[in-house]
Amino acid sequence: MAAHLKKRVYEEFTKVVQQQHEDLSTKKLRLTKPSKSAALHVDLCKATSPADALQYLLQFTRKPVEVESVEGVVRILLEHYYKENDASVRLKIASLLGLLSKTAGFSPDCIMDDAINTLQNEKSHQVLAQLLDTLLVIGTKLTENPPVRMRLVEVACKHLTDSSHGVRNKCLQLIGCLGPVEKGLAKEGESQAAKDVQKIIGDHFNDQDPRVRTAAIKAMLQLHERGLKLHQAIYSQACKLLADDYEQVRSAAVQLIWVLSQLYPESIVPIPSSNEEIRLVDDAFGKICHMVSDGSWVVRVQAAKLLGSMQQVSSHFLEQTLDKKLMSDLRRKRTAHERAKELYSSGEFSSGRKWGDDAPKEEIDTGAVNLIESGACGAFVHGLEDEMYEVRIAAVEALCMLAQSSPSFAEKCLDFLVDMFNDEIEEVRLQSIHTMRKISNNITLREDQLDTVLAVLEDSSRDIREALHELLCCTNVSTKEGIHLALVELLKNLTKYPTDRESIWKCLKFLGSRHPTLVLPLVPELLSTHPFFDTPEPDMDDPAYIAVLVLIFNAAKSCPTMPALFSDHTFRHYAYLRDSLSHLVPPLRLPGRKLVSSPVSPTITPHEDPSQQFLHQSLERVYNLQHLDPQGIQELLEFTIRDLQRLGELQSELAGMADFTATYLRCQLLLIKALQEKLWNVAAPLYLKQNALASTAAKQILEETYKMEFMYSGVEGRQVVIIHHMRLQAKALQLIVTARTTRGVEPLFGMCEKFLQEVDSFQRCFISELPHMQGSFVDKLLDLMPRLVTSKPSEVVKILQTTLRQSTFLHLPLPEQLHRATANIIEPTGESDNPLRFTSGLVVALDVDATLEHVQDPQGTIKIQVLYPDGQAQLIHPKPTDFRNPGPGRHRLITQVYLSHTAWTEPCQIEVRLLLAYSSNRSKAKIPKSTWSESLEALPSSENGIEGTIPFSKPVKVYIMPKPARR
Amino acid sequence: LTRLSFLPPGAGQDVGRSCILVSIAGKNVMLDCGMHMGYNDDRRFPDFSYITQNGRLTDFLDCVIISHFHLDHCGALPYFSEMVGYDGPIYMTHPTKAICPILLEDYRKITVDKKGETNFFTSQMIKDCMKKVVAVHLHQTVQVDEELEIKAYYAGHVLGAAMFQIKVGCESVVYTGDYNMTPDRHLGAAWIDKCRPDLLITESTYATTIRDSKRCRERDFLKKVHETVERGGKVLIPVFALGRAQELCILLETFWERMNLKAPIYFSTGLTEKANHYYKLFITWTNQKIRKTFVQRNMFEFKHIKAFDRAFADNPGPMVVFATPGMLHAGQSLQIFRKWAGNEKNMVIMPGYCVQGTVGHKILSGQRKLEMEGRQILEVKMQVEYMSFSAHADAKGIMQLIRQAEPRNVLLVHGEAKKMEFLKQKIEQEFHVSCYMPANGETTTIFTNPSIPVDISLGLLKRETTIGLLPDAKKPKLMHGTLMMKDNSFRLVSPEQALKELGLAEHQLRFTCRVHIQDPRKEHETVLRVYNHLKGQDYSVQHLPDGSITVESILIQATAHSEDQGTKVLLVSWTYQDEELGSFLTSLLKKGLPQSTA
Repeated sequence: MAAHLKKRVYEEFTKVVQQQHEDLSTKKLRLTKPSKSAALHVDLCKATSPADALQYLLQFTRKPVEVESVEGVVRILLEHYYKENDASVRLKIASLLGLLSKTAGFSPDCIMDDAINTLQNEKSHQVLAQLLDTLLVIGTKLTENPPVRMRLVEVACKHLTDSSHGVRNKCLQLIGCLGPVEKGLAKEGESQAAKDVQKIIGDHFNDQDPRVRTAAIKAMLQLHERGLKLHQAIYSQACKLLADDYEQVRSAAVQLIWVLSQLYPESIVPIPSSNEEIRLVDDAFGKICHMVSDGSWVVRVQAAKLLGSMQQVSSHFLEQTLDKKLMSDLRRKRTAHERAKELYSSGEFSSGRKWGDDAPKEEIDTGAVNLIESGACGAFVHGLEDEMYEVRIAAVEALCMLAQSSPSFAEKCLDFLVDMFNDEIEEVRLQSIHTMRKISNNITLREDQLDTVLAVLEDSSRDIREALHELLCCTNVSTKEGIHLALVELLKNLTKYPTDRESIWKCLKFLGSRHPTLVLPLVPELLSTHPFFDTPEPDMDDPAYIAVLVLIFNAAKSCPTMPALFSDHTFRHYAYLRDSLSHLVPPLRLPGRKLVSSPVSPTITPHEDPSQQFLHQSLERVYNLQHLDPQGIQELLEFTIRDLQRLGELQSELAGMADFTATYLRCQLLLIKALQEKLWNVAAPLYLKQNALASTAAKQILEETYKMEFMYSGVEGRQVVIIHHMRLQAKALQLIVTARTTRGVEPLFGMCEKFLQEVDSFQRCFISELPHMQGSFVDKLLDLMPRLVTSKPSEVVKILQTTLRQSTFLHLPLPEQLHRATANIIEPTGESDNPLRFTSGLVVALDVDATLEHVQDPQGTIKIQVLYPDGQAQLIHPKPTDFRNPGPGRHRLITQVYLSHTAWTEPCQIEVRLLLAYSSNRSKAKIPKSTWSESLEALPSSENGIEGTIPFSKPVKVYIMPKPARR
Repeated sequence: LTRLSFLPPGAGQDVGRSCILVSIAGKNVMLDCGMHMGYNDDRRFPDFSYITQNGRLTDFLDCVIISHFHLDHCGALPYFSEMVGYDGPIYMTHPTKAICPILLEDYRKITVDKKGETNFFTSQMIKDCMKKVVAVHLHQTVQVDEELEIKAYYAGHVLGAAMFQIKVGCESVVYTGDYNMTPDRHLGAAWIDKCRPDLLITESTYATTIRDSKRCRERDFLKKVHETVERGGKVLIPVFALGRAQELCILLETFWERMNLKAPIYFSTGLTEKANHYYKLFITWTNQKIRKTFVQRNMFEFKHIKAFDRAFADNPGPMVVFATPGMLHAGQSLQIFRKWAGNEKNMVIMPGYCVQGTVGHKILSGQRKLEMEGRQILEVKMQVEYMSFSAHADAKGIMQLIRQAEPRNVLLVHGEAKKMEFLKQKIEQEFHVSCYMPANGETTTIFTNPSIPVDISLGLLKRETTIGLLPDAKKPKLMHGTLMMKDNSFRLVSPEQALKELGLAEHQLRFTCRVHIQDPRKEHETVLRVYNHLKGQDYSVQHLPDGSITVESILIQATAHSEDQGTKVLLVSWTYQDEELGSFLTSLLKKGLPQSTA
């Protein structure tokens, strides 16, 4: 339709020269198409030597081939293939065949016969392997065609006896990818070859070449992935492969064993060299554990990773993984963990250790010591002490997964995790802290463990400290000494690293609310109150004092007896903190003052459902009352918007939803207001200045729609349509306003055309949604499309104006979850009066620390803007590594911004803010990727690809002073 | 059947004075050349007269291999090469070659300058000795001569420690030296591939010990140091100059870095500085962490650790000092100890074992009042801690290495006899390989079953493989060929080529056999009957126009018996190669033809 539309426009106004060029170029492109295969043919015939031919083929590969001409090109290639004597050229042709058959939209069944035929006479192993690869490509394209697949599998089976490993490799790969998966099909299959794919592949587990063995295992795994149920008999074969000489074989075998253990967890296997039997999953677990001390670290990583996902394993096997019997001179020795535990249970805490404290005690029977662990023994002990940090991380992850499913194991692995907090590599430390946090529901920390955990608070890495704060937020502490210890260490941390303030307060908030009874006996000591004497009032601005108060107030929330212990100034401080740090200090029922300090929130918070109802009701009201007089509609909209905004403020869970709808309604309101303007009734020249309102409204609506589309996470297709629809309306409005205010028709041609194009692309993008949009602007517009296309701009404008007025406004369906992206700059705080001085011409680094919530792909979209007083703006892309992800939907940006400027006479403020970049290309509709993507000549980026930024954080002012350089 | 034999002049059932003589396929190799710390007389060096009763060592030994720079593994080297006299090659890794002379020089100084001994090797001798050293890289195969080759594997015990594989033909021996299977703060873990040697000679210092995780030890150590420093106390760590000292330095350095501590750490200077320089250079020999981060900063370029000066000991405030020697028996560490012992805020941490009679041993065993020279009584109020940081493989580690290498025999050295006994029993039980533990001077002989490589011509191999299926690892395959032994090499060639090379004419061996059949019919009818009878088998049977039958390559002809026309004589003839089929056919024919074919 677009082409048709375009043509009409050109017919009338032939001046538009630029467009014709475009047309020409496309025509040229078409002209060259048929000649492609011919050109290749000519080239190949010209080639005198194999090297020449290879050159031509290489050049040819660089250019894309259109779908229509693929078959022709393939024929020519095949023709040359038969003639060619040089193996390297044949190899290239074979690889080209594979590449060509990948072309989207081309169905390769027509060239399959030829490809299979070429196999017959081929002598070179390399070319054979390449041809099989091509067949694999063809086969994967024709997955819905069982006979073809069957045939290919047969071909592959035939070549399995080839002497070259490369050919056997490819054959196995082909069988793995195309082998029949359905049982029924395999039975009626005519040849015995395809009957039992598993057996054929299984036979190659003992191939002489390790690469073929690997390929066989991989093919088996591929079959499993495609849904074939592997036979249990393979298990014993796979177990033998674990002792293979080659690491890639062992690595693949570990995977296969894991797959089988998941398939047949409960079947029974015998233990060799004894007549006992155990469950298969236990046996497999033992075997994989054994591989954790393999010679190759690749295998160790693989094994450690897989251990984590074997949750059906019985608990005593699981607990063996942490078991390591120590001995010294043949006498049993206790591990440091056991000693620590004993010390703790005997009531003594951390005695000064003497030499020989760990002296071995009991004698052990030499026969009973098992030096080579059978099965699972000590697998994690080894994994966590491994040389390579990759293995250690994998082991920690596996521990985490297993501990999450087994509380008793979680308790046991605690000691080991705590030990990992002192690993030499930061990533490992961080990972183990995160792991601990994830399993913290199942565990209670002993005091000596807590001690070790807290020691890490002094770490100089901010990530580690913050991860540790998060961990402390959700740990259970068993004693009041533990709480005290934690508080002391946190305060120490606070004095050492004052920037951790926020995170420490938050940590103490949770610590308090989780352990009210443990905090209670500590209160007098913490507040340093005295039964007889008044103590001096502490400094209210001291972060350490605030930290203590946060702990106490949060504990007091569920411990009504606590406020009795407070002194007068504590109450005053409570009131102050409740106001200034309301997110950290909960409302308290204080004696004598009935909720004075917290008038708002407690009344609202208990009602959750009603507020949701309220949201829906108010929206319903708006959507239903369409036929009110314009005045009424406007008022209703205004009220609803106000309600929604208030609701969003009160109810943080609904904030995203409320904001989103409010924005939408505001757009609607603006549109209605703009259409209500008197200007439409007045003759054109008279309202030149009044149009300000309408055009700004249009602009504002456009901005708001971009915000709606990109600033909310959880927006779905249905919302996107409506947002785009709103945008279209805004553009129509813009067009009308321009038409009204400008004289002459010439500039309008372009605009009209552009608008119609947009309508067209809207229709293309959202064709499936159109039925839901009965009576809307676009619906009506599309009805009138034939008329619009033929009419002159002035008429177009007229039509638009009437449709815009008549159209109903669309119901905005709400998605399940909707969150508004927010950003908060923590640092710089913007409070400092001391300017940041630096020599002009040089740079100064400004630390920026911000939290982002509900931002999708922050690495790509977040930018930092620095505005200088002279209006100069600087846009900075933070490095991807500057983003951390502390939790789902949350991100943290910690980066440095480099500032520089010429000298100023006096200090001045610059503004720093975060921007959310968007481009409409990036929106939900994805462009299908071409297989020739690397050779793709830059697609004309879709005509309406608008890029822009949305400011979404409060700007922070920083005082800086570039001094003139002294010479 | 060939012979490997071992003669440990030192280190057999003993720690210290490592020295092992291996003779493998006629080559003699000496592994390590160490001294014994415990003796000050002739017994400190191995008895080299054991090796050759008369004659020069150079003629007898093919090469000497040194596994690492500890004196009990290389201390006797100058004595051996310069004073006893050996001019052959000495192999060691690059770091060992660099650090070894420093330690030898130090050892010489102490023995000659301090103790005033004579008849000891001189500095010049050390230099001359080092000139004979050939340095090798990890995993580099070095050809000592045409047959003998050696290869070094990472051992992780100290910087540059290596395990050596010695190979002659297809017989091989692996000597581990000292090794460590758990990584520490500055070195990685020992690693070897599945080389399946005929013999693995392994140290067995901790044959009866399974150690706890190193993390607990490290954490304890750091916690103690940290607490003392926070209290404002001083920490003294007596160390030996090389090896553990560097590990502890790295440990403290990273801890200081991590925890942002400010208290100074000092290292008493001396040979350490020179050695640290080499630690900085040989980054590839260290562990993953140091190797990964050295681009940003070389971990051995200590930020917090400074050189110690005598005067610093009296400075107020907390500090940590590493001082030599490790057993507190003399030198700087003892001086500092005397200064600090009186304050209960201070602490001394002994990171290793102390010999009886030293101050270190006394305080570790709990003595609080020490008698110093000059009848002074020193009261020890400072805290005394013991931390074991040892870099030898424990029993599990030894087993793990054996599992990795899969040797056919194991030989234990460098350990105490009683402990070895236990390990020996375990090894035999778990791996089903024989295990030896010779005493000093005792020769052990092991018989190996070497496989002998035979060259086969490609043409023959291809021809044979095309006949049968692919080679299968489990089933031995029969091949036809001629084995030729010529100038010490074996070749398998096709019979034709063998004949050609030997200049012989080919003779064919044919078996013929006559089978009598009662058949009154005409000859060609009999032939037809036989043909029909044999067609049933799955061989290619052909009826030739001249009235004979071929089954594969076997010829069958029928003629009437000259006397009795009712009896037909079937002549069956086959070549030697088809013996199996031929005899099968004759026995088949002897059973007679079925009657029903008419």
